[in-house]
Amino acid sequence: MTTAAHSANPATAVGRPATPRKDKGTGVGGGLLTALTWVVAIGFFFPVAWMAMTAFKNENQAASDPPTWFFAPTLDQIRAVVADSGTFLGNSVIATGVSTLLVILLAVPASYALAIRPVRKTSDVLFFFMSTKMLPVVAVIMPIYVIAGRLHVLDNIWTLVVLYTAMNLPIAVWMMRSFFQEIPGEVLEAASMDGAGLMRTLRSVLMPMVAPGLAATALICVIFAWNEFFFALNLTASRAATVPIFITSTMTSEGLFLARLSAASLLASLPVIIAGWVAQKQLVRGLSMGAIK
Amino acid sequence: MFRTPLRPRLRTGAQPPGRRSRSRPGPALGVALGAAASLSLAAGCAGAGAVGGGGDTEQIVVAIVSNPQMQDAISLQEEFREQYPDVDVRFVSLPENEARAKITASVATGGGEFDVVMISNYETPMWAANGWIENLQPYADETEGYDPDDFVPSVAEALSYEGDLYSVPFYGESSFLAYREDVFAENDVEMPERPTWADVQEIAAELDDPGQDFSGICLRGLAGWGEVMAPLSTVMNTYGGQWFDEDWNARLDSPEVEAAVTDYVELVQTHGQPGAATSGFGDCLTRFAQGNAAMWYDATSMVSSIEDPASSTVAGDVGYVPAPVEETEAAGWLYSWSLAIPSTSEHKDAAWDFVSWMTSPDYLELVGTELGWERVPPGSRLSTYDIPEYAEVAQAYAEPTLTAMDEATQDLTMVAPVPYPGIQFVGIPEFQDLGTRVGQQISAAIAGQITVAEALEQSQRYARTVSESYQDGAAATGVENGRDS
Repeated sequence: MTTAAHSANPATAVGRPATPRKDKGTGVGGGLLTALTWVVAIGFFFPVAWMAMTAFKNENQAASDPPTWFFAPTLDQIRAVVADSGTFLGNSVIATGVSTLLVILLAVPASYALAIRPVRKTSDVLFFFMSTKMLPVVAVIMPIYVIAGRLHVLDNIWTLVVLYTAMNLPIAVWMMRSFFQEIPGEVLEAASMDGAGLMRTLRSVLMPMVAPGLAATALICVIFAWNEFFFALNLTASRAATVPIFITSTMTSEGLFLARLSAASLLASLPVIIAGWVAQKQLVRGLSMGAIK
Repeated sequence: MFRTPLRPRLRTGAQPPGRRSRSRPGPALGVALGAAASLSLAAGCAGAGAVGGGGDTEQIVVAIVSNPQMQDAISLQEEFREQYPDVDVRFVSLPENEARAKITASVATGGGEFDVVMISNYETPMWAANGWIENLQPYADETEGYDPDDFVPSVAEALSYEGDLYSVPFYGESSFLAYREDVFAENDVEMPERPTWADVQEIAAELDDPGQDFSGICLRGLAGWGEVMAPLSTVMNTYGGQWFDEDWNARLDSPEVEAAVTDYVELVQTHGQPGAATSGFGDCLTRFAQGNAAMWYDATSMVSSIEDPASSTVAGDVGYVPAPVEETEAAGWLYSWSLAIPSTSEHKDAAWDFVSWMTSPDYLELVGTELGWERVPPGSRLSTYDIPEYAEVAQAYAEPTLTAMDEATQDLTMVAPVPYPGIQFVGIPEFQDLGTRVGQQISAAIAGQITVAEALEQSQRYARTVSESYQDGAAATGVENGRDS
């Protein structure tokens, strides 16, 4: 892609406002574009902001029509949600953490082999990986449920770990493969000239070079596993239920629940937002690196 | 609450049958199977924790619908623990649709995650016939002070199979007509003690005032077997219509059904709420509670919101009369959230300890004294209505609710006998799908996209497909016995 030159320096690619080139885009068109950008940005952000606001209301304020804009914030909902969500959070941390670790452990060697040492059927293998993502999950949930039932692993957090690993593995392999492909062959040759074996090359040469990509891949796995709802809903009950199930359980078909729901959603999104924030720099580098072809 | 909005069926997401096996879940299942050994080890540990965690305690898992009354039960669990220290109870509480899907999947496949499940009078006779849930009659009879004869008879009958209780009611509801006494008085209109649909039509026309955003009546129009089809089925019944006759012939093309549906659709189109085709229980509740409608025909459980000043502007101004009739004596529906024990449960006695606690007369007292008498789950036990404190808070609606529940039997609400259990639903597994499809047609008719005749013609075709499987003698297990009245 042509953006390659810019993204080589992340500082210029990210966070730089478009001020220096004022000479060109200052007309009506430029103003409109800026306004449109603001509208779109606020449009995207507003529901999230509203959710955060609602989390500090009481149920009546949350349900009022017209909406309540000014109110004395209360921590009641947050407190209730924090008190109830312990097991769910713990399960989510295990399911997300362990599955991401497994995915990385499996995806790195697989994608290394597919990128650096391709064989005749490499593209078939890659397509096969991707094809597993084409079937709607709802189509396989019943067999998976029955199998899990026979193995007595329903409502077991390790079932989710296995499924999340399988679910994220194809994406991770594809992503990591594109990062490995970025590495010039000369680097590998140099490493082997210096007498580095496969493990040594992987550990000391390749890993530092693909670290941003690895971070991006891991973060995407974390997000997907953390947010996963369908498997969790169908395969867990009381012991292994994860945070998305907790969010759902705050809803009811009778009575008011919006404030409680918002508080639960806010709590559930915090870890991912924080992880994304911490990894932001790595992430942008990683994602743009993967885009270079 | 009897309300199950349109839910996509499991197979709608499936791939077309002709597709090749490229996209089968190879690695997913492969990994799943490959890891089976390590998993069963892990499961062993988890299982051990589940059964014997703290010495002699037995752990049971209870799956319930997250409605306010059920949340109250969760908040009172400490009382249960005090009474039964050797039973460790854990809850799974989900909204109605998710809970229904999950509980059905678990019980039907013998998943065995739950020891107690919350189901309704729709599932109970079918599941009992399939042997999926335990016969609770012996438990109920042997438990001291439990008094199963105190259950509201129509509810108990709807939860029985071959004369035995297979689930026990937590709360019950029927349907009635709520109306604004203040508006009626202002306009010098009188509500008959037992209105007919013709009366309702006349009053709605008189009080309707679209200019002031005030509608004559609110009626559900949202597609779904538990939405528009619930009130509409009771109208069909009282007009003498049926879904199926005694020989399982589909009867949605009968003149009675056509008259009922035409009247319902016209009423809601001309004097009903705006956007009726997409409004369900929740929308009608908001509209009526905000004072924008003169009448509302819906579930008796509406009172907990309508009579609550915190969420309603019309609390205290509402009167209640029985469901409007045409050819029959009564027309209300019958619905109950009840507790059952799946046959797969390995802790049936502990499960019964919990079930009996949550449905006992003592529990009603407990809710009343701990949380307030207006929060007592209604419609399950006759003795509820003898409690003076409850009678006081429920003055406006206790009697109408009990009358409606009492009259909610097929004999009183239908003109001719039918081969299935249920009043506002057909108690066969296919009905969730059939009811929702027919509901879509009716909803389209309310929206004015098609005529009532077209809607019923298509609905009749759907119903005929279902009826054929019953006429062939290939009926699902227990349907012949499903109706025990």
